[in-house]
Amino acid sequence: MTERPDDAALTPYARALGIELDHWDGDAPVMRVAFDETVEGRPEHFHGGATGGLLETAGYAVLRSVLAASGRTATLKPINITVQYLAAGKSQTSYASGRITKLGRRSANITVEAWQDDRARPIATAVMNVLMADG
Amino acid sequence: MTAETRKFDPAQATKFFTGRGHSGWLGLQYSDHGDDWVELELPWREDLLGEEGQRVLASGPILSLMDMASGMAIWRAMDEFSAIATLDLRVDYVRPAREGSSVFGRTQCYRLTRSAAFVRGLAHDGNSDDPVAHIQAVFMKIAPSAPVANRD
Repeated sequence: MTERPDDAALTPYARALGIELDHWDGDAPVMRVAFDETVEGRPEHFHGGATGGLLETAGYAVLRSVLAASGRTATLKPINITVQYLAAGKSQTSYASGRITKLGRRSANITVEAWQDDRARPIATAVMNVLMADG
Repeated sequence: MTAETRKFDPAQATKFFTGRGHSGWLGLQYSDHGDDWVELELPWREDLLGEEGQRVLASGPILSLMDMASGMAIWRAMDEFSAIATLDLRVDYVRPAREGSSVFGRTQCYRLTRSAAFVRGLAHDGNSDDPVAHIQAVFMKIAPSAPVANRD
């Protein structure tokens, strides 16, 4: 049985931002954040930084899940992230989920998408490289 | 003395933008500016850590800091406030920020076109010669609603 991270596995930053686990899509956790002032940029829209934080959190979450499933423990360290903003995030719940494109020994390449009411129409995507230090 | 003849004041604008919303939640503050650059400060916060059990600032707040500082640098370069949207933002996290330190985001709008603004910048925790992150970003100007031409 795969060890699956629950809300307690979220980073302190992610919890402070209000990010929660919505559901599992296979091995990939789907994260969500409700719209409130904590994530608001221009009135009634998501701040690009908050959307980026949701994408990063979903990226780390899928990596932790896959590492746990294979019995690996590692300290995750960010190398970089490139975010593409595709549409304005409106004043409603946003979701994000990641996919591991390449899992290496020392680093992982992860693609992440964020959406609101229609998963087929993402509001933002990201590519992340994450360093996995022996932990 | 170009600074004194400019209309867009990053210090005043920061107060306006950080009084509420995501920037207010992060506690972003004005730090410094020049003709085409702005520096904002993200004060250390205990609840913005990136890994349980480690005293390291998460990467998300740095991304938000740099996004906000990028917008300020663009408005400074345009010398006016107008609606812009982030199109592409890349952050390279070159080292962890020191525990307990503010992180400063310094961004420069190095090219403005009719529709796009190009930004580069760095984040540091006290010494800009030893950055914690580098960024590249492109923003799009949001066109005002279509001109109402030929209306009687």
